[in-house]
Amino acid sequence: MAKAKILQNPQVSIRTPRARVRGLGVAHHGVGHWWMQRLTAAANAPLMLAFVVIIALMAGRSYAEAVALVSHPFVAIVLILAVTSVAIHMRLGMQVIIEDYVHSPGLKIAAVFANNFYAVVVAVACLYAILRVGLGRLV
Amino acid sequence: MAEFSLPKNSQITEGKSWPATTGAKNLKEFRVYRWNPDDGKNPRIDTYQVDRDDCGPMVLDALLWIKNKVDSTLVFRRSCREGICGSCAMNIEGQNALACTMGIDECQEHAKGRKTAAVKIYPLPHMPVLKDLVPDLTNFYAQHASVEPWLKTDTLAPEKEWPQTPEDRAKLDGLYECILCACCTTSCPSYWWNGEKFLGPAALLQAYRWLIDSRDENTGDRLDALHDPFKLYRCHTIMNCANTCPKSLNPAKAIAEIKKMMVERTV
Repeated sequence: MAKAKILQNPQVSIRTPRARVRGLGVAHHGVGHWWMQRLTAAANAPLMLAFVVIIALMAGRSYAEAVALVSHPFVAIVLILAVTSVAIHMRLGMQVIIEDYVHSPGLKIAAVFANNFYAVVVAVACLYAILRVGLGRLV
Repeated sequence: MAEFSLPKNSQITEGKSWPATTGAKNLKEFRVYRWNPDDGKNPRIDTYQVDRDDCGPMVLDALLWIKNKVDSTLVFRRSCREGICGSCAMNIEGQNALACTMGIDECQEHAKGRKTAAVKIYPLPHMPVLKDLVPDLTNFYAQHASVEPWLKTDTLAPEKEWPQTPEDRAKLDGLYECILCACCTTSCPSYWWNGEKFLGPAALLQAYRWLIDSRDENTGDRLDALHDPFKLYRCHTIMNCANTCPKSLNPAKAIAEIKKMMVERTV
């Protein structure tokens, strides 16, 4: 196990325990990440409830009626807020999971890249769809 | 990355079964983890028959009885035998505890549903083992030292002592009692996965003890030293620490308070 190797095998490193604990020092960030995760969690609760109601309202309706619903400014704004809040929350949460469980440096960087790209692509695709449907009648 | 074979020494074999002492009637079986760094063999579980009529009520009494009467090669740490030194922390019936304050009957009571005839004893989890029940706590102690657990002031020291109101002193209750036995830190899954970078519940409880000490003048610097995604924010409030603490302290709450202080100075 990697940990045992570092602690027990002096050939890997003969740094003092204090030097190992200090490592590369303090990153001076983390509170923003933590706070934003709580903030978006609080926002997600009413937004997801509204999202479910909107989807339920569409059930059994025609395409034209569904488009009309999404075109309503209140509905479109709630959907945009929901997508934004969920995407940010998803990105932050997934990053914590990666930091917890992915320990190989190369794979970790790749996972963080993939996580960021995925969240942005999903968010932009959703926002584009909402705007396209919502503003379609105006353009 | 995923490891497809188990690390060296993680496969535990069946060890020696020691016979009961002659004339013993009230027997209790103990299954104890043994590992010798010198013999090149995998760890094993030895089985002992402890004579309850000849032995004290605590798990430590049983270990001492085994060492004195059956097998003098069994290695474990102990000192005060009254829960104040923290030396005899080990994993008893699946829970980290002090062998000296954990009763032989009691330890099986809280292992609900898994109650078997034998009391199972292992070293503290996920630490490098030096021998038998003795873990290497070097990293743990270095992490404790890294939070600089002492009073830091710039104001010249008063002639007699630093005054503190009884109310401010009361804030240290539930924190100063920590004996650094490492039960909490070694029960924390976040510490298992990121023990090199996450400070762990014990060190963070001590960090909080100095953060809220009204006499300390370095609160901001102390918070700066913890402002890190790994040192502090690996805590996901799993609560194993509070669950296992033999002194009934709550490191998870102390960590939550540190997180609140972090937000307080930004928002």
